[in-house]
Amino acid sequence: MTLSDVALTEQGLPPARKGRVLLIACGALAREILALKAANGWDHLDLTCLPANLHLWPERITDAVTAAVAEHRAAYDSVFVVYADCGTGGLLAARCAELGVEMIAGPHCYAFYEGVDVFAAKADTEFTAFYLTDFLVRQFDAFVWRPMGLDRHPELRDSYFGNYDRLIYQAQTDDPALDAAARAAAARLGLAYERRLTGYGDLAPALAAL
Amino acid sequence: MADDDIILSELSDDDLVLQMHDDLYDGLKEEIEEGVGILLERGWTPYDVLTRALVAGMTIVGADFRDGILFVPEVLLAANAMKGGMAILKPLLIATGAPRMGKMVIGTVKGDIHDIGKNLVAMMMEGAGFEVVDLGINNAVEKYLEALEREGADILGMSALLTTTMPYMKVVIDTLKEKGLRENYIVLVGGAPLNEEFGRAIGADAYCRDAAVAVETAKSFIARKHNALRA
Repeated sequence: MTLSDVALTEQGLPPARKGRVLLIACGALAREILALKAANGWDHLDLTCLPANLHLWPERITDAVTAAVAEHRAAYDSVFVVYADCGTGGLLAARCAELGVEMIAGPHCYAFYEGVDVFAAKADTEFTAFYLTDFLVRQFDAFVWRPMGLDRHPELRDSYFGNYDRLIYQAQTDDPALDAAARAAAARLGLAYERRLTGYGDLAPALAAL
Repeated sequence: MADDDIILSELSDDDLVLQMHDDLYDGLKEEIEEGVGILLERGWTPYDVLTRALVAGMTIVGADFRDGILFVPEVLLAANAMKGGMAILKPLLIATGAPRMGKMVIGTVKGDIHDIGKNLVAMMMEGAGFEVVDLGINNAVEKYLEALEREGADILGMSALLTTTMPYMKVVIDTLKEKGLRENYIVLVGGAPLNEEFGRAIGADAYCRDAAVAVETAKSFIARKHNALRA
């Protein structure tokens, strides 16, 4: 199956209808989840993704996940939500508890890629960092540059990023092309650049436990 | 200059104010600064220029942002244009003794560097006649408390954009309670991941969804405070 980043951003991914546990995930995590599934032979896991661009309207995430759970849960033994809090202010966790489905822990995907505990421990020194993952590097224009209007109004850059001092690229895969693209993104934002090979972090054990 | 360019100085007062609303909407800072200058030259009070031209224009921007017609980049450009006009008016407002609504200390909480929303609230509060002391970003509880006391503030405004930093608002409110100071201040909170339930749970007086709501909420609490003092 060929995955298109544009489709994952705008449409998401339908389930394959194979497996007894359904993962309802953000489109930004699709490649990583499918890579882990293939590497570990987790054939009992099926995956459906909501459009990654829901992150542009975090207030819509909770209802979108709720609708997906309602649509699919009857066809599976269980459902696991692969969203972090993602700016829902605790509402997604509360809704998942109401629905009786579990979700991955952490405030954002870049926290669980780093490891939620490790990420939290660095909060005091890294709160001036802007994070990108593999997906966000590939979709930098669609997720950062264009929605912030920087393609039309580059003069707004410092209104958004003036308080940041660096861009940290959390690499899930060791890809020189993504490294170069992330470095270029940092330069466009006027930020220092750091690359950190995190791999899949807490995502792997969370899925292994299912 | 194109033939169809609008000459601001040739417009009537009413048309000029409407044109300034359009120019604010389009984020045209130089045109706003020019319009402010023209109205002042025509004898308008700084307070009238502020409220009828700038604040009324930004209110339209705020409503369209709330309704999903405008987005953050456009609001930032409009805010930047309004800031240009405010820079001219601010010293004049002080000199002419424009009505003062109250005093607010505002800042983004510890560990959080996001200030776009907070800056908009600060600007709209100033536009509504509040004196605003902006503490900037990454504020520890001690900094809030020290500023509240030093400034004799009526209102504390706290902002956060991150799920991980918004709980710090409760630290500040709990500290106010511990020191017996909580009832001295109106505490307003805001930021993208917050909601009314969170505001209630941490003991704030109100959660404010956007800058316009913050202004209306602040006005209403200040009016109640004055009524209580009169009673």
